[in-house]
Amino acid sequence: MNKLRIIYNGLVVENPTFVLLLGMCPTLGTTGSAMNGMSMGLATMGVLICSNIVISAIKSLVPDKVRIPAFIVVIATFVTLLQMMMQAYLPELNASLGLFIPLIVVNCIVLGRAEAFASRHSVIDSAFDGVGIGLGFTVALTLLGAVREILGTGCVFGAQVYPETYGSLVFVLAPGAFIALGFLVALFNYIRNRS
Amino acid sequence: MKKLASTLPNMIISLGVITIVASALLAWANGVTAEPIAAAEKQTRVDAIKDVLPAFDNDPLAKAQDVNVIVGGNPFIVYPAFEGDKFVGAAVEGYTLNGFSGEVKVMYGFDADGVVRGYQVLSHAETPGLGAKMNEWFRMEEGNRSVIDKDPATVNMTVAKDGGDIDAITAATISSRAFLSALCDCYKAFVTYKNDRNNE
Repeated sequence: MNKLRIIYNGLVVENPTFVLLLGMCPTLGTTGSAMNGMSMGLATMGVLICSNIVISAIKSLVPDKVRIPAFIVVIATFVTLLQMMMQAYLPELNASLGLFIPLIVVNCIVLGRAEAFASRHSVIDSAFDGVGIGLGFTVALTLLGAVREILGTGCVFGAQVYPETYGSLVFVLAPGAFIALGFLVALFNYIRNRS
Repeated sequence: MKKLASTLPNMIISLGVITIVASALLAWANGVTAEPIAAAEKQTRVDAIKDVLPAFDNDPLAKAQDVNVIVGGNPFIVYPAFEGDKFVGAAVEGYTLNGFSGEVKVMYGFDADGVVRGYQVLSHAETPGLGAKMNEWFRMEEGNRSVIDKDPATVNMTVAKDGGDIDAITAATISSRAFLSALCDCYKAFVTYKNDRNNE
């Protein structure tokens, strides 16, 4: 299978946020700003690549009946590693993403790719799938974060575009996340169907 | 390679090996990161203390372990600051559970006379755009928003709606009340600490 094709598949054809609508909890919870969205996307991508590689490597050593607990242990290990690294070296980012980092363990994208892709394909293909899906998730979260940040506070990545007083508070709060996500999904699918 | 069959011994060995490898890896990472994590947490505290207090030259964390003042059943940590032998004030770390979304952790700095010199909101879960403004609002010059450079002994540190002297955050009175009640409790802890010091 063509490697670029796998990445394109994760980024566009099976974009986890805009097409599969998976992992909605961190999508809505961490996209208050573009920076937070991107950090969350990158954190998830890191875990996804590592867990895809390991799960693909051990797939024939894991009996079918215990594959889910085995996959979860692998994923949880990487998430815990990531969390400890972030607490140690990026304490500010860790404070702003807070609870959502340990919640990557139960992110259905990670387990979904383990089950649907990594347990059936080679190690290299699985690594590329991790990159593709991870990029798709990161791009989606960054876009959503940027849209919410600009409509809510008039900033993008912390840089002021227009005065904050004209911003609409609703986009910073959860309802605005749903609205913005709905429009982005519609736009994404419109473009995808036309091309 | 053929997949291992789902027999009991296979399942036990497979899961056992995976969990042992995983815990070994985590134990190693825990050992490696324990020190930087503690250092990062300490640095956050030291930065907050430096931010809320006038100049000092001791290590306020060194003495803080002994100074736990109980006010209304809650523990408050007092970080005393000295310049040479002179007591220049203390930072008080406290919390309240009365925020709009639960716990609000704050640190206030008082100079030796008890005047508020600064504050830092350490953690909170207040509504973004409303209660979450507390880290900026109570420093603003406009109206009676600021709590800085005011002495809680003479200024009534409650919101105007409750008859106090401080303007609440627009549309976030509950968050403002929580913030100010934490301030009052921290001030009580500071006074208790100061009296204990004078009696020694």
